[in-house]
Amino acid sequence: MSESLDLYQDAIKQMAAAAHGHGQLQSASGEAKLNNPLCGDRVYMQVALAGGRIAAIAHQTKGCLLCKAAASLLGARAVGLDISAIAGTTSALEALLREQAPVPPDWPELAMFLPAHAYPSRHKCTLLPFRALQAALRQAGAAQ
Amino acid sequence: MSEASRLRAEFPLLAANPGLHYLDSAATAQIHRTALDAVAHHETHRRANVLRGSHRLAEAADQAFDSARRSVARFLNARSADEVIFTSGATAALNLVAQAFGATLQPGDRVLISLAEHHSNFVPWQMLRDRAGIALDILPVGVNGELDLAALPQLVTDRTRLIAVTQCSNVTGAWTDVAAIVAAARAVDARVLLDGAQAVQHGPQDVQALGVDFYAFSGHKAFAPNGIGVLWGRAGVLASMPPFLGGGGMIDEVTAEKSSWAEPPRRFEAGTPPIAQAVGLAAALDWMMALDWATIHAREARLCQQMIDGLQRIPGLRLLGPEASVRRAPIVSFDIAGLHPHDVCQVLDHHGLALRGGHHCAQPLLAALGVDTCSRASLALYNDEADVAACLDAVAAAVATLT
Repeated sequence: MSESLDLYQDAIKQMAAAAHGHGQLQSASGEAKLNNPLCGDRVYMQVALAGGRIAAIAHQTKGCLLCKAAASLLGARAVGLDISAIAGTTSALEALLREQAPVPPDWPELAMFLPAHAYPSRHKCTLLPFRALQAALRQAGAAQ
Repeated sequence: MSEASRLRAEFPLLAANPGLHYLDSAATAQIHRTALDAVAHHETHRRANVLRGSHRLAEAADQAFDSARRSVARFLNARSADEVIFTSGATAALNLVAQAFGATLQPGDRVLISLAEHHSNFVPWQMLRDRAGIALDILPVGVNGELDLAALPQLVTDRTRLIAVTQCSNVTGAWTDVAAIVAAARAVDARVLLDGAQAVQHGPQDVQALGVDFYAFSGHKAFAPNGIGVLWGRAGVLASMPPFLGGGGMIDEVTAEKSSWAEPPRRFEAGTPPIAQAVGLAAALDWMMALDWATIHAREARLCQQMIDGLQRIPGLRLLGPEASVRRAPIVSFDIAGLHPHDVCQVLDHHGLALRGGHHCAQPLLAALGVDTCSRASLALYNDEADVAACLDAVAAAVATLT
């Protein structure tokens, strides 16, 4: 057998199990449902905005551990951020997955996804909640 | 050396990767050496377009292409090689029927498929329904995903023109009772299309004995190259169908005002066909026709049962598929409570196993089985006990890693 599989380190499993933000908002400013047709991952993301910033976030995520961990991380960290901050973090995660770019200092938790760099088919799983949040934010912006 | 080991050595990729346990043949079977060699030989010595030239290379290419068609006809026990249409794959073959046979249907006509179909035998019919105003009926499945043949009398009507079903489920491995489908169709003079994608890697077929009107399969699931597939159609049915794609090779005559069509099969092969791929397919099918299938089937069934028995002992694992009494191909799908198949198959890959996890392009069937996704181990003639044992160990390891 080859070396240990660091993709499934405890940080990922614990973040996925915590399921921060899992649930539904009573009153959402925007929402989006995104699928990953390759593997069947599904994210239903809702946001409530106040003053252009995320006041509340909720998601229902059916997916793999990477997808669940990413959604849970957003549930834990997204409140208080605006659409440009989420866009910046999404870009940082993309670069981290694609080319092992440095972990942004304000999002040290993204380091847990570094091992996924070696598995391109899993990048979309990891990014799906971030893309869903961006889509929900765009919808919220369009509705304002 | 065991028979499976001897066969394994004939597959270049498996020979080059001795540590690999390849259990994803339902997605793509590995290419046999003879097929690979045939492609290389054709491209090295006979590469030219077909039906278009009179130079010696073109003549040689024509002969190779015609010979490939005859090999397919023998593999399917077709009455004539003219009933064999080369396509780019099974999906293209199924879409060809939906387009060309579909063009002969009238609003109000009905097509019956089953809930167990691969998306390639589902979506084209939904598209035809939305385009042509036909009705699409769906044969339900039982709790284990097997076709509910008891529902046939209610769903087959005098407006039913076609029943299009899988010969073998790509998720559960269950073989369809084709005779029951054919009998129901014949009672109302409907045609039958069989999606043989999962069947062909388990041996030669007999379309005359099956009694169907269309049979579709792809080369990459029959130890042959990808980019090649086959639609077999009963001569009289093919002759009644208009072309699907227009272009070179499929015409009788073209004037500035109009065109007339070639006879089948060329009517349905517009443009330059996948020539070398057809030659490779023929080489694979010729090789398969010389094998001892009774022995291979016995081994596949034994390994499949070992897989089922072993997986059943893993806590939290649910097997998807038919009861033991139903004949099945060596395809074993399973769901482990709380674990996503993408993660399971990632860990299995780490242990040297290739399995597919996902919805297997059969979302309606998985929904009926109560899951969004599942993991699937599919066995072929080159697999052996070591593959099964490695899989069982690795699934147990995946559970430990992921929980």
